[in-house]
Amino acid sequence: MLNKNKKDWGAYLYLMPVIVILFVFHVLPIFMSLGVSFYEWDLIGKPEFVGAGNYTRLFDDPMFWKSIWNTIYYAALSIPLTIFLSMGIAILLNNPIKGLGFYRTAYFIPVVTSINAVAIVWNFIYHPEIGLLNKVIGWFGISPVAWLQDPNWAMPAIILMSVWKGLGNNIIIFLTGLQNIPKHLYEAARIDGANRWQQFVHITWPMLSPTTFFIFTMSVIGSFQVFSQVYMMTPRGGPLKSTMVVVYYLYRKAFDQFEFGYALAMAFVLFLIIFACTLFNKLYVEKKVHYS
Amino acid sequence: MLFHFSKSPSNNNKIIHLEYVPVHILLILGAFFMLFPFVWMISASFKSNQEIIKSPTDKIVLLPDSIRPSFLNDESDKKRIKEQKEIDDAWYATPEDKRDPRKKPFEWWDNYKNALKAQPFYRFFLNTLFVSITVTAVSLFFASLAAYAFAFFKFPGQNAVFLMILGTMMLPQQALLIPNYIMLSKMHWINTYLALTVPWLASAYAVFFLRQFFMQLPKDLFEAAIIDGCSRFGFYWRVALPLCKPSLVTMGVFSFLSNWNAFVWPLIVTNDTNLRVIQVGLSYFSSDAGNEWGQLMAASTMTILPLVIMYFFAQKQFVESSATSGMKE
Repeated sequence: MLNKNKKDWGAYLYLMPVIVILFVFHVLPIFMSLGVSFYEWDLIGKPEFVGAGNYTRLFDDPMFWKSIWNTIYYAALSIPLTIFLSMGIAILLNNPIKGLGFYRTAYFIPVVTSINAVAIVWNFIYHPEIGLLNKVIGWFGISPVAWLQDPNWAMPAIILMSVWKGLGNNIIIFLTGLQNIPKHLYEAARIDGANRWQQFVHITWPMLSPTTFFIFTMSVIGSFQVFSQVYMMTPRGGPLKSTMVVVYYLYRKAFDQFEFGYALAMAFVLFLIIFACTLFNKLYVEKKVHYS
Repeated sequence: MLFHFSKSPSNNNKIIHLEYVPVHILLILGAFFMLFPFVWMISASFKSNQEIIKSPTDKIVLLPDSIRPSFLNDESDKKRIKEQKEIDDAWYATPEDKRDPRKKPFEWWDNYKNALKAQPFYRFFLNTLFVSITVTAVSLFFASLAAYAFAFFKFPGQNAVFLMILGTMMLPQQALLIPNYIMLSKMHWINTYLALTVPWLASAYAVFFLRQFFMQLPKDLFEAAIIDGCSRFGFYWRVALPLCKPSLVTMGVFSFLSNWNAFVWPLIVTNDTNLRVIQVGLSYFSSDAGNEWGQLMAASTMTILPLVIMYFFAQKQFVESSATSGMKE
C-alpha cells in the first residue's frame, strides 16, 4: 500500500542536502572546468577565449610530456612491486599461524597514518649524510647516495616510500580474496601430488585473478593521481624535474602561475588518460581474469 | 587486542609447527620493515639536533643519549657525550644574562616543546579536530537520511538520482579542485571554515555504504511501524539509525581518518595561519624547519599519534570494512 504511492516527492526532503551539495561542489565544477579549459584566465583579469589553444599548447609543451613520462615511470615500477609484495605477504598471512593480529596491525599501520607525516620521516631516512638508508647500505660497502637530490634515485625513492605506505591496504584485499578460494581445490591438488608451486600456479593465481585485476585497476588510477608525496619530498619537481608528475605540474600551473585554463586543459587530458586506461583494463586485461 | 589469534583448530594444540618457521621469519622481516620508520621517528624525536648530526654514520643508535644507560655506550658515544656535557656545563657556568638561548642544554621533551612553539600546532589541532568532527557527524547524518530514502521509499527519479550520486565517485578530483577554487573565491569563501567543511558534508560513498545496510532491514518492519502511526522520520530516528550503529561507526572512522589526513583541498582553499589544518601546518613546518630533524620528527609523531590511537580502538571494524569495501566494485 505504501509502496504504490508513485508520487512520493516527500522523499526528496531526505535527499535534499546530499543532492544539493554534490551538485554544487562535485557535478557543476566538472562542467565549469570543461568550459574554462577553452579560455586563458588568471582568475583576476577577464577570461580570454582561446578555443582549443590550451590543448594544442599542451601537446607542444615538453614539460607536460616529461610529466606524463614520469607518471608512467612511477606506475610501471610501483604497481608490479605493490602487487608482488602484497600478494606474497597475503599468502604468508593466510597460513594458520600465531600472531596474525600483530602482523596485520604492523602491515596496516602505514595505511592509517598521514602521507605528509610519513613523507617527512622518509625525508629523514633518505638524508644523504645522517639518513638511515645510507647507514644501512654502508654496512654492505655501498657508498652513500643522495637519494632525493639525485635525478636517477629521486623517483625510485618516492616509489619505495609509496609502496611501503599503501602495501597494507592491498594485503587486506588479497587476504579477503584468498579466503574466498574453496579449500577443497587445494585438498584435491595435494591428493594429485601437486607441490606448493604447482598449487600456486594452477589454483591460487587464477582464483585470485579477479582480486589482482581489481587492485591493478585501482592502482593505475591512483598512480596517475599521485601528488602529496611528490609535493612533500621533492619540492619544485625534484632534481632535473625527475619527479615532476602530471598532478604536480597541474598544481604548479594553476596555483603558482595562475594559468587556470591551461591547468584545466591538463586536468581533462589526465582524466581522459585515466579513463582510457580503465577502459583498456576492462576490455583487454580483464579477458585474462578467471571468474568462477 | 593486538594479539588475537586465529581461531583455526591447528592453533589449539601447543605443538610448534616447524613448517611455519620460514613463514614467521619472512613475516617478521616484513613487519620490521613496516614498523621501523616509526620507531626511528619516535627515537629521533627525543634526540637533540647535535646528537642527530654527530651520530656515528656506521651504526644505528635507537635510545637517545639522555635516557640510554651508560653501559650501552661505546668509546665514541662516551666521547660525544663527554664533549656535549662540557658544552652544557660551560653554559650553566655562564651568568644567566649572558647565556646564549640557542645553546641551551637539551632536555628530552625539547623537540616537542619547540615544535609547538615554532608553529601554532595547538591551533592546527583544534582546527583539524573541529573540521573532522563536523564533517564526519554532519555527512553521516545527511548520508543516512539519503540512504534511508533510497532503501525504504519509492519515488520518481529514484534510479536516476542514485546513479548520479554514484557517478560523482568516479569524477577525477583534480578536475574538481580548480573550478571549486574559482567558485569558492567568487563566493568569498576562501579562508573560511565553510570552504573546509561544506563541500564535504555530502559523501556519495557513505550514501552507498549505508544504503546497502538499510536494504537488509525487513520492509515489513517499516510498514508495520507506519501503520501503527510512526512517522517516517520517527522510524528513521528511532529504529533504522540505532540498528545501523556498527555501519555508522565504520563509516565514521573512515570519514574521520580521511578528514584528518586531508591535505590538497585545505592547502588550496586556505592560506590564513589561523585556519590551517594539521597536514598543511606540517607541510609548512617541514619547509620552515629545514634541518631541525628532531623537531620535524616530534611534529610528525604528534600528527600520527591520534590516528594510531584511533586505529587501535576501531581496529577490527576498520580492517574488515576496508577489505569488504575494496571488493564492492
